[in-house]
Amino acid sequence: MNFTNFGRYILLLKSVFRRPEKLKIYLKEIAKQMDYIGVGSLGLIAIISTFIGAVMTLQIAFQLVSDFIPKTIIGSVNRDSSILELSPTISAIVLAGKIGSAISSEIGSMRVTEQIDALEIMGINAPGYLILPKVLAGITMVPMLVIISMFLSISGGYIGGSISGAVTPAEYIQGITTDFNPYTIVVALVKAFVFGFIITTVPAYEGFYVRGGALEVSQASTRAVVISCISILVCDYLVTQLLL
Amino acid sequence: MIEIKDIYKSFSGNEVLKGISGKFEEGVTNLIIGGSGSGKTTLLKCMVGLHQPDSGSVLYDGRDFTPMTYEERIEVRKEIGMLFQGSALFDSMTVEDNIMFPLNMFTDQSRKEKIERVNFCLERVNLAGKNKLFPAELSGGMKKRVGIARAISMNPKYLFCDEPNSGLDPKTSIVIDELIQELTEEFKTTTIVVTHDMNSVMGIGDYILFLHEGKKFWEGSNKEIAHTDIQELNDFVFASRFMKAAKDKF
Repeated sequence: MNFTNFGRYILLLKSVFRRPEKLKIYLKEIAKQMDYIGVGSLGLIAIISTFIGAVMTLQIAFQLVSDFIPKTIIGSVNRDSSILELSPTISAIVLAGKIGSAISSEIGSMRVTEQIDALEIMGINAPGYLILPKVLAGITMVPMLVIISMFLSISGGYIGGSISGAVTPAEYIQGITTDFNPYTIVVALVKAFVFGFIITTVPAYEGFYVRGGALEVSQASTRAVVISCISILVCDYLVTQLLL
Repeated sequence: MIEIKDIYKSFSGNEVLKGISGKFEEGVTNLIIGGSGSGKTTLLKCMVGLHQPDSGSVLYDGRDFTPMTYEERIEVRKEIGMLFQGSALFDSMTVEDNIMFPLNMFTDQSRKEKIERVNFCLERVNLAGKNKLFPAELSGGMKKRVGIARAISMNPKYLFCDEPNSGLDPKTSIVIDELIQELTEEFKTTTIVVTHDMNSVMGIGDYILFLHEGKKFWEGSNKEIAHTDIQELNDFVFASRFMKAAKDKF
């Protein structure tokens, strides 16, 4: 994103947060978007998180070659990796692909078929009506999905360890309950909040300013996912640096 | 009444509108005509605020629209209805929801009152009973009529139509033209139609503003248009063989 685009992105955000014309209609839209972003992504996040947790357990066990290191470490490492990095970041990247492309193509299609112009002519704040419900749904539902993802990832580790015999259930449970620092949850939720904002606003920006036709809409969708993923990784580093 | 004064607009150094002025009266159908690339749609977009003119002013019953703030513009926009070239219906909403959308946003009417208004608008465009259809289930002409129904749902003082006949067969085009004219006379709206359809020009052009290469070349009525000696206008009006033959005969 060059400086012109960044400037336009900030100006778009300014329009997004204007006072809504009718709160009732916005609330209905927010509920719809929460259902789409949250409930609609639950299955995907559940499958990915459980398998990542299981695989993590196996890989940590594989790397623990010394007999001096207790097996309970597998649970601890899995817990901290899931909470701090895997659940927020992997979930966000998956959601950027699923939600981001949908937001970009929805708004982009509305732009090229003059539906956004129609909203503006009616006197409706198009960025507010189209983007604000998505942003609010994103910053509330992505943290919720991340909390579920953390739980499922740690549970997946338990299942993976038990099935493969890499770690006993008792050792794993002992590992995940030893030296737990609740602050890691705060860091993960801050990340999830930031990622939720990126996943909704970057694709919305790409869709809102698309020019042309079907080809440009699809290109904007691809660009939206790529920029969102890069932004997520950059912000992941910055938030980690700031909070840990 | 809408008045435009000395409108200039350029994109990346390319001057599209070069000082256009005109007056569009209420209760009559005002046409902006011209060839492709003459600046008609840009002028229309400057008038409704989708483009900001580089200079000049647009007056809605004396209220200068161009320097208005966002909030001030909203008050004027509530009085505007617009039919888009591609109809611009919200494709995830039914016909009823499309027409009801501005009512939901800007009125405190009960659901019953809103349904009554939707039915009135649909009857007015001869689409009674089509409430529950989605835009994808409508023909091109029906989409335009739903677009008109949505445009008149808020009882607008100003009605803008961008190429209302594009993509329609001649018979449906005439239906749409007549509908626009009837609504204009019935609701005393200030109607501005951007078109290059000569049937519309001859049929409903009470006042016509002809643009050529971003400049106003001529203004007058459909009764006068065939009798001018302006070369650019004659080239436009009598471009088709049919119009040429009609001119030679009469």
